[in-house]
Amino acid sequence: MARPLINVPATAKRGEVVAIRTLISHPMESGFRHTSTGERIARDIVTGFVATYNGEEIFRATLFPAIAANPFITFHTVATESGTIEFRWTGDNGYSANEQAKITVV
Amino acid sequence: MREGVISRRAARLLLAACIALGALPPSSQAEIPAAERRSSYELMSAETKAMQDEDSANPGMLWVLDGEALWNRRAGEADRSCADCHDAAPQSMRGVAARYPAFDEKRGTAVDLQGRINLCRTEQQKAPPLAFERQELLALTTYVGRQSRGLPIDASDPRLDPAVETGREIFTRRQGQLNLACAQCHDDNWGQKLAGIVMPQAHPTGYPLYRLEWQTLGSLQRRLRNCLIGMRAEPYGYGSAEYVAIEAFLMRRAHGMPIETPAVRP
Repeated sequence: MARPLINVPATAKRGEVVAIRTLISHPMESGFRHTSTGERIARDIVTGFVATYNGEEIFRATLFPAIAANPFITFHTVATESGTIEFRWTGDNGYSANEQAKITVV
Repeated sequence: MREGVISRRAARLLLAACIALGALPPSSQAEIPAAERRSSYELMSAETKAMQDEDSANPGMLWVLDGEALWNRRAGEADRSCADCHDAAPQSMRGVAARYPAFDEKRGTAVDLQGRINLCRTEQQKAPPLAFERQELLALTTYVGRQSRGLPIDASDPRLDPAVETGREIFTRRQGQLNLACAQCHDDNWGQKLAGIVMPQAHPTGYPLYRLEWQTLGSLQRRLRNCLIGMRAEPYGYGSAEYVAIEAFLMRRAHGMPIETPAVRP
């Protein structure tokens, strides 16, 4: 399956507020649906998302069954120093995905 | 299963439409003048338009990324990737999707893009064909389609005429338990509302596309299947000549409109 789509500006001015967009491929099966024979379809969702900026946590989200498939999460942060922003998604059935992006602060 | 739920909803909507259209005069089946042609993009909310326009927010781009990986992956007994023959897709596949369905000399019939990818797989790569509406075929088709984004549809090839005429016949024929023709909604009553939803002109400019209702990406054939089930007609099998004919007709009907692949629709 595709890797996550990340949009982080490559460069930013020190102190600038930058928008960060993330999109990850996931079915987000709610656990409330049933098959045509009446069996419940097991829940399979992304439950957590964490972003860290040079190791420091800057954003965290907890996700629930009402979130649509392929969750799109966007947030803002202040560009403080050059480095790496890391993203981590965790979910049901041991799901885990990582992605990182570099940002240069001038 | 999600599709099942949606189909029932669509069927209810279409039942309402049937009652409404039953009261209308017989279908005039007048084609939409070129100046009035518009993509369903224009009917969407500002938020959904923004989702399509911004690559990092467009979920269809996930399939494009996947397709790019598949393009470079070797497959089959021939152990060749798409890139081994076609090189870089941004150059070699530019404008290709805008010309499909295309006429296939060897078979003497129209072939759609998904069909062409599977022919390439079976004949050149010596690999089993990819299954319809599954990740791999959708991803490759979307990746190839993406290379034509913004380019005008060119469906002028006269060798496609037989397929176009078959497609036109299916499009204008009343069918299904609701006794509706595609043209009754999409030619005669576009812009009017069907149970609160604006009926589009049905131009296939953005396929494969990400449909929010589906929560995933799907082909034009899946969309046609939705409409047929809603009309309570028997849908054709995926990959059937009828779907290719309908697509050939719709592309001729949308000749000159820009490709939007991967589009986002509500």
